[in-house]
This record gives sequence, structure tokens and C-alpha cells, in this order.
Amino acid sequence: MTTQESAPQITEVEMITVVIDGFEVTVPKGTLIIRAAEKLGIQIPRFCDHPLLSPVGACRQCLVDVEINGRAFPKPQASCTIPVEPNMIVKTQLTSPVAEKAQRGVMELLLGNHPLDCPVCDKGGECPLQNQAMSNGNAESRLDGTKRTFEKPINISSQVLLDRERCVLCARCTRFSEEIASDPFITLNHRGALQQVGIYENDPFNSYFSGNTIQICPVGALTGASYRFRARPFDLVSTPSACEHCASGCDMRTDVRRGKTLRRLAGDDAAVNEEWNCDKGRWAFKYVTAIDRLTQPLVRNADGELVAASWPEALAAAAAGLKGARAAVLVGGRATVEDAYGYSKFARIALSTNDIDFRARITSDEEGNFLASHVATSAVNYSDIDKADHALLLAFEPEEESPIVFLRLNKNVKKRNLKVTSIATKQSIAMDKLNAEFIRVAPGAEGAAVAAIALTAKSVILLGERASESAGLISAAVALADKTGAKLAWIPRRAGERGALDAGALGTLLPGGRPVADSAARVDIAAAWGVDSLPTNSGRSTSQIIASLAAGELDAVVVGGVDLRDMYNSVDAIAALKKSFVVSLEIAPSSVTEVADVVLPVAAITEKSGSFLNWEGRPRAFDSAVAESLNRSDVRILSALADAMGTSIMLGTVSATAREISQLGKWDGARVPFTPVAPVNPASPSGDQAIIASWRRLLDMGTLQRGEDNLAGTRRQTVAVISEKRAASLGVVTGDLLRVSNATGAITLPALVEDIHDDAVWLPRNSFGSQPLTDLNAVHGQLVTVVKA
Amino acid sequence: MSQLTPVLSAHWDEKDSFTIEGYKRHGGYNAAAKALAMDPDAVIQMVKDSGLRGRGGAGFPTGMKWGFIPQGDNKDHYLVVNADESEPGTCKDMPLLMANPHVLVEGVIIAAYAIRAKHAFIYIRGEVTHVVRRVNQAITDAYKAGYLGKNIFGTGNDLELVLHIGAGAYICGEETALLDSLEGFRGQPRLRPPFPAIAGLYARPTVVNNVESIASVPAIIANGAEWYQSMGTEKSKGATLYSLSGHVNNPGQFEAPLGITLRQILELAGGVRNGHKLKFWTPGGSSTPLFTDEHLDVPLDYEGVSAAGSMLGTKALQIFDETTCVVRAVLRWTEFYKHESCGKCTPCREGTWWLVQILRDLENGKGTEADLQKLLDLCDNIMGRSFCALGDGATSPITSSIKYFRDEYISHLTNGGCPFDAAKSTLFEEVLR
Repeated sequence: MTTQESAPQITEVEMITVVIDGFEVTVPKGTLIIRAAEKLGIQIPRFCDHPLLSPVGACRQCLVDVEINGRAFPKPQASCTIPVEPNMIVKTQLTSPVAEKAQRGVMELLLGNHPLDCPVCDKGGECPLQNQAMSNGNAESRLDGTKRTFEKPINISSQVLLDRERCVLCARCTRFSEEIASDPFITLNHRGALQQVGIYENDPFNSYFSGNTIQICPVGALTGASYRFRARPFDLVSTPSACEHCASGCDMRTDVRRGKTLRRLAGDDAAVNEEWNCDKGRWAFKYVTAIDRLTQPLVRNADGELVAASWPEALAAAAAGLKGARAAVLVGGRATVEDAYGYSKFARIALSTNDIDFRARITSDEEGNFLASHVATSAVNYSDIDKADHALLLAFEPEEESPIVFLRLNKNVKKRNLKVTSIATKQSIAMDKLNAEFIRVAPGAEGAAVAAIALTAKSVILLGERASESAGLISAAVALADKTGAKLAWIPRRAGERGALDAGALGTLLPGGRPVADSAARVDIAAAWGVDSLPTNSGRSTSQIIASLAAGELDAVVVGGVDLRDMYNSVDAIAALKKSFVVSLEIAPSSVTEVADVVLPVAAITEKSGSFLNWEGRPRAFDSAVAESLNRSDVRILSALADAMGTSIMLGTVSATAREISQLGKWDGARVPFTPVAPVNPASPSGDQAIIASWRRLLDMGTLQRGEDNLAGTRRQTVAVISEKRAASLGVVTGDLLRVSNATGAITLPALVEDIHDDAVWLPRNSFGSQPLTDLNAVHGQLVTVVKA
Repeated sequence: MSQLTPVLSAHWDEKDSFTIEGYKRHGGYNAAAKALAMDPDAVIQMVKDSGLRGRGGAGFPTGMKWGFIPQGDNKDHYLVVNADESEPGTCKDMPLLMANPHVLVEGVIIAAYAIRAKHAFIYIRGEVTHVVRRVNQAITDAYKAGYLGKNIFGTGNDLELVLHIGAGAYICGEETALLDSLEGFRGQPRLRPPFPAIAGLYARPTVVNNVESIASVPAIIANGAEWYQSMGTEKSKGATLYSLSGHVNNPGQFEAPLGITLRQILELAGGVRNGHKLKFWTPGGSSTPLFTDEHLDVPLDYEGVSAAGSMLGTKALQIFDETTCVVRAVLRWTEFYKHESCGKCTPCREGTWWLVQILRDLENGKGTEADLQKLLDLCDNIMGRSFCALGDGATSPITSSIKYFRDEYISHLTNGGCPFDAAKSTLFEEVLR
């Protein structure tokens, strides 16, 4: 039957019924006893067991009596290691005196060598050992001898502290690091009661994912330097939140005490981040309270100085400068969907223009076209990676640019040998971990290499935002996807980009992916917004807006969350803004503040509500974590500004904005057509010349990482990477200084000799001592001179 | 049954028993040649029929273990010989390898052929340098003779044999910890399943056998399963090495059919130290519950010892006479287990830490009778609760000694310390000043 044939294939999972404490429960084959018991609401105490880590059976806390086909195991079994079987009868501590005694016995032993420092332990109050000692332990210990002692905490990285006395040696941290992060930088050393977690002699625990070990530690053995001794868990107010640091879309929890965020934890979302997050998401939140936050509006006075002003004053000054001006909008990657929608609507109604772009970075028209034609409202997702037969990474370093995508790829590589291919200039740590096929190309030659990759309809192509820097790469990816049926996903680096795209913060798109050029789409939106018409011409892109400001074709610009130093020709960009009327909505002083005429302070993430769309297009809503917040999200200020201009956009609250967005829905008409762009030949270096390749790493000099020195201590070293061949010709070995220069300037860094294309040199962007965008004004694919310093 | 049946130890008294010439003089390597001409399955069947059981302590039928290796799976198979003999009291494999390393090499050749392994490993205790040297030489000589390497015995079969020297951990005698150690990791026992027969060394089907088990194979091949079966008892076939140590007049290796009694062996060994009488003994090393003079007539086979409440183990018969303080002996063993606990699981790691402290107090006359109850209860919480058998073994001397010598424990408390003169139990002459 054709209907049956076309139905999706669902693999039948065999179900098994077991009896636990007299109750029947039916679970999929392979389910562990401890998990089946959970389904019945029976909590078996445990320490080493973790649902996302492989079973180890080390702590012996979860012992239960097991019988199969009438044959009982002679001794109690670890329920975290044994899968259910047909005709299995399990008796937990609730019905088996043997299991109960075994559990109490193990608990007594775990507590025997555990220090009684709960009153000063970070974990006290949320500690699985404390809690389970209460529920499954004896109130008094019979062990009155000498406890094992160790020196109190030792640093295993600048961020993670280890208190060996408290450790119950469950190996959750070491298993996480090895199995999930593939960073086996910690391991168990020594033996017997002196067994302990340790690092290699000279290599600290500098994993991008180290914070997860603290979160899954069932005792207070691993603590974060930034949170240690800061709070008691019961004094914290927890709010579910979302991560603002990248487009992975981690579910988060923000813990606040007396109005101040003290820590953030990974939330539990099986579809996205499972239970993990990266260290940036966990620890980079102090920028919110960093001393240089903007707290009140500023207006530039007649003397050219920015002075504090009241809100009505500032709004009036902004409105006066914008009204009637030829104005544009630049909105950066920190914007929430609601904020971006506010900017989008503000541009169209208050400024009567489509000149809006959310891409505060190096862009291309090819990319703008692709985003409108393919990405807006699309929905490739994490589960497509889980189902993929092959993942192709283009201009994308997952561990640096979207760490949870890396974890998901890694899981699929480890569990089912997912094939990963990366077309790049330089080999990377992540590629190594993913066992990826590395197709080495010169910077700029990426597009030409794509066509040769064999994919199927089950494959995924993960395209990083840096694809805009290599002409023809996006077109080649689109062609490959069209040819093979592979799913094509675009993974920007910043949290707000995808939401801004779908909210229409782009010159060619209205909200919901509606093409500006489509009159029906314009009518749709105009009707919803209660205006007669919307501007019809395609809007300018970021670089075009700046060029037009410089040329005097535009007079004014509203800027939110943009750092001009992320752009090509940032010096020119600053000059262009300097001669224009600039309204800046920002949380902290930036390069834009210096040239702004009106500065309007806005809320940071923990102070406001809203949502992001992650790279999948999945909404990640969050609430204000700080109770006293004014929720001064950009959209509310834009709405007030529009009111002051006499052209209301009626977005007084974030929730009203969210409601309006959901009412608009997605465009179901024709998409913007895609016009492929041919690749250009990469530059040909001669002599000391090399082609520069460069991207940002996870931990760098980013504004949102300010104020967190412990995190900064785990950054990867800033280096300039060259190939063995080039190193030999320069007479350079790893560690020697290299000077990378061009007509604009020079950067001197230690060399790292690695697997990189012979024509290329790589250095990180926006890193300590390495700012190729501002110091060299050099983008991907340009020629620089590399010599021994 | 009181006669010795030297098979493994038949020629130990010859000056060159450890050389390839000495070994070949008595038909050495003929069994390997014979086995290599047989069907591998027939070799397995022959070992199964012989009734040979694992001599490492657990007594699992050797042929059956070989039969668990999946055949035709297109995977590499490995044979690993456990020569990490480290149990206190156990001293059979080292003398065997010292006196006749070639019998192990020949056994390896036959066993590897049977399970279709092209690589075999001997994991040997690192402390016994002298034995390591002899085994190393034996392997070298066997390679030179064409018994190891490519095309062994000209049959087209290949076999590489690697001697791996352990770094001094009792836990590495546990077969899965041994495999971890052999792979270069810290030796800690692995979760089972998967069992080594399915995923052992480098996750490939692997047989792990004790030295004596493998060394017994050449004689079985040479003389036939029926010959081997003719020795021993109904379920414990063959002969084996009983290692007598401690307060006996002639300590050493006694190769006898399974089922012999301690009384018979003591007769062969000239009895307990003159002027003294047997107080307690271990049937199979320190991990096996103690026996006393009540157990002199227990048949020393797997079933007999088990029925009497202990385990045959490694047949390490440590004899203690009435001068020995059982509390002191048990404390020493427990200190060993604390030192050797690998740390993986809570009961063994933490339990041995506290057992030592309580025993030390008791030995010094501190504590009360309630501490005995505490000790027994702690043992109950370790025995059968730990990850591997090391934890179980740590409790055996304690529980069995309290069972038989409770009064002696209490006398430490009433006496305010140990009532024994430790010097009297030493085996060297007391020096008079």
C-alpha cells in the first residue's frame, strides 16, 4: 500500500514489564532498574549514576535485591548498572530489608571520611549527599576513628576548585570530561581511600565545559572560584532563563540573591542542551554588574560633551534628531526577538525606512540574500544531527562558535560514529575530537571545495556565520543541498541573530520572513500594524548604511548592541557615525557611545524578559531574574521614542510585543529567490606573504565576558598558527614570536606550528594581544606579511 | 590418596629444569605439536572433558571458558595469562615459573590455538624480577625454536607472546583490572557485562587464565582427558599444587590430587613446627575464610572446602600454630587490603580504612565487646556490596576469625593488650642476649 510505504518508519522499541516493590512498570528494553523505579516514583539513592553518563557502579549506593525468573541474585545488585529483563522482580530499600541495610551501610561509609563542613560548604542545602544521608542514612555514625584529611581546596583550573576531603569518588566529573566534552584533563589518581581527582602535572583543567562537572558533583568537592562562599542555596531566588552568549540556545537557571546574580546553571532541556552548557554561558554574567554599566540617559550638549539627562529630555532630544531625518537602524546580536521586532517596526513606522540590518559584523550581499531566501523561518534542528549520516561543517568551528552544537556532534560521533567533514584552513582541537575529515583549503577557497563532498538526503550542512567572508561559499552550500537533499542550517555566533532575522531586522525582510518586495507581504504587515503603507524599496545592509552615512546619503542612525570594532574598516565606520546623528541604546559604554548624540541605557539579560531564537529557530523565552528590575528592554524604549516622535509603534511591554509577533505568524508565500554568487580565486601569496584566516574563540575579549577573571584564566593561548613548511622556511619553531603585518599595522604573537594550509596564517580575533580586525583591518582571505619577530 | 602426583613439578629437582633443553628432555613441546595437528574445537573439547578447573581461585571450568569465545566473528582474539600472583600466602605460580617456565609457554601455544588467538600476553607480577627473567628467556628460546612467532611448528599458525610486567597492584590480579592495566590504564575492575569472552582486551574476545591452569594443559593433551580425570574427586578433577607455608617443618609445593586433606599434606611436610600444634590455617590464601584444627580432614577440593565454609582459592595453606595471635594476623591482612584497595567502590575503599582502625584498637586492647559487633556489621556491609571480590576477601579473615576465636579477641580487651608474645611466633631462632 502506498500510504503505508510513505509513512515514516518508526522503529519499534521492545517494551519490558518488571515488578518493582510490588508495582508493575513497563519500560523500553535497555532501561536501567534505577530509571524504571523512577517511573514509579521510587527514588533509589545514588551518587555515581547520571542518566547522561555511562554506568559505572562505583558508589554502590543504589543496591537493590533482584530476582529473574524466580532466581534471586545471591547479593544485592547496583540498580544503576543492570537493565531490566522480562520476569524481573526488584525489591528496593522500600521492601527489602537487605537492600535497606546495604544502602545504610554504604551511606555510613561515605559519610565516615566526609568532613563535617556542611555549614560552610557551597553545596550545603542542595547536596545529594546531605539529602540522601537524611533519607537513606543513619542519624549517628559508629565510625569514630581518624578521618582521612587533605589540604583544603586546590585549584584544578583558575575557575574550578577541588576539595578532596569532600569527594565521594563517584567519577561523574571524570566521566563527563571524557565522555561528553572529550576533554580528559582530569582523572582519578592514587588508590584506596587516598584516591583523588587530579590533573596532569602541568596542564590545568582548561575545558570549555568544566563548569558542568561542578554542577553534577553530588557533593561540594568541585566548586567554582566565582561562586565559592558567596551564598547559601536557600537564600537564592531561581529563575528559568536562556543563555545570551551564543546561538546554541541553552536552557539556563539564574540564581539571584538580594538583586544580584550570583550564579547561573545549565537548565535541563533534552532537545537542546540536554543538561550541559559551556563555561561562558555559566560564568560570564558579571558584565551585568560591572562598574561601567550605563545607568542613565546621556545627551551630547552644545560643547560636545555627553551629559546626564532625564528620560523625557533624552527621548525628546532623540526624537528631534530623528524626526524627518534620513535615518537607518543597526541592531546587534544581543537583541531579543522582541527587541529586534521593536527595531524592525520602529524603522518601518517611525523612520519610514527598510534600512535596517542586524548583522553587526562582516557581511555580504550573498549572505543577506541567503538569509532571506533560505534561513528565515526555517527549522533544521538538533535532532537532525542525531539522525544525520554525515555532518559537513563550513566556516564553522563548533566548539568555539556554538559549543552545544559541538557537544551534540560529539555525542553522535562517540555513540554512533557520525561522519563529520570540515572544510577549513586549519585543523582544530574540535576536529580532532570529532574525528573529522579535514579538507584543508586556503582562506577564500572554501566554496570551490564544497561541490566534491558526497552527501545524502540524511546529511546536514552546518554553515557558520563566517561563510559571509568567503565569496561563493554559501552559494556552493546551497547548490550542494539542492543537489543532495541534505539539510542546510545556518549557525550564527550571537544569540540574537536568528531572532532578529525572523523579526524582520533586515532590509529585505519584514517580520515572519515576509519579503519586502512582495506587496501582499507588505499589505499583511501594514494591516497588522494599522498603517497605510510600508516603505517598498529594499533596505541597505550594514556596510551600505555605514557607507551612506559617510557619503551623507543618510543623516541619522539608531544603534543598539553594536560594537563597531567587529566590522571591517571600523575606523571608517566610527568616522561615518561621528558625522551623523546617533541614538545609541546600550548597556555599557562602547565605541558607539563615543560618537553618540543620545545614549539610552537599556536592561541587560537578567534584568529583562524576552526570548531568543536559537540557530534552530526554537524560541528560548526567559523572565527577568532580578525582582526589582524595570524590565527596560530596548523595545519599550523604542516604543517611548516612537511616541515622542509622534509615530507610535505601540509596543509598551515585552509581553505585548511577544503577543503581536505570535499573532503575525510566519509567511507562507513565496520566498525571496536566491541568486548564486561565483567563488573568487583566493589571493596568491608570495615570499613572506600569507593569507589571513581568523575567527573568534569561545573565550575572548568579548564585552559580555567582562568582570570574570577566573573564566578568562581558562582561555586558550593566543597564538599565530603557521604550517610546518612555512615554519621551516622562516626558521621558526612553536613558541618563537611571529610578526604579522600589513600597511595598517602589525601584531606579534607566539607561533604555533600546526596543521594549516601552507599559504595561510591564522590568528584569533578579539583576543588578548590579537585584534586583526582593528589593528590590521584585515579580513579572511586578505594578504599579510609574516616574518620572524 | 596420600601419594604425591608430580606432573607440573615432576622435574623441578633437575638442575636445568627451567631450560628449553631440560624441558624437551621430558617430552616438552610435543603436546603443542600434537595439539596443533588437532582441530581447535577438539582441543577445547579435550580440556572440557578433562574437567580442568581454573586454578586462580574461582574454579571455573577452563574448557568452558574457552568455549565462550565466539568463533568466526572476524575479530582478533586474545589469550591473557594472569601471572600477577599477589595474594598473601599464595606462592604456587612463581615457583612453577621459576622452575619450569616452558610448561606455561607450551600451554599458551595450545590454548591460543584452541581459541584462535594470534596474540597472547603474560601479565606477570613486577616484583619478582628473577622469575621475570626466566620467563623472558623461555619466551626468547621458544621464539628461536620456532614455537612462537610466524608459522609456528611449521603449521602455518602464528602466535606472538608478550610478557607484560605489572607495576605492583594486588587489584591487577582481578581479571578485568588486569586487562585495564595491560591496556595502559590504571588497574581498576571493569563493569561486567560485557565479560572478557565478548569484550576483553582492547574490547576483543579474550580468555584470561591463571598460570597453573594453562600450565596444566600440555599434560592433558599429552596424556589425554581420561588420565587427568583419573585424579581428583568427582567434580574436582586432576592434580594441583598445594603451597604450604608458615609453622610447618618442611614448607613448599606439594602436587597432589584434588581432595587431599591438610592432615595428609602435613604428614608429607613433616608436620607442624616441632613442639607446637595447629591453631588456624587458610585453605586458599588470605581472602579465604580461616580454618582451624577442626578442619584437618576437610577434602581440599572445590566442593569440600566450600561445604566447610571457606574456599579452595589458590590452595595457599598458611599454617599458624598456637603461638600466633589471630587478631594480629588478621590486622596484618586487613592492612594489606586497605593498602591494595583500588578505590573504585565505596565499601572496599572506605570499609578497609575503618576496619584497620578498629582492629588496631582491638589488638591494643582498646574498645569494648560492642566493637566486635561493629566490626562484623561493617564486614556485612562490605561483603557482597563491593564492586569486585577484593572487598569480599578483605572481610573473610575478620569474620572467620571472630567466628572461631571470639574469646581471643575479648581477651585482648580484658588483658588491656595482646596476651601473646609476638617473638614466639617468629620462625627464626630466638637470640638470647
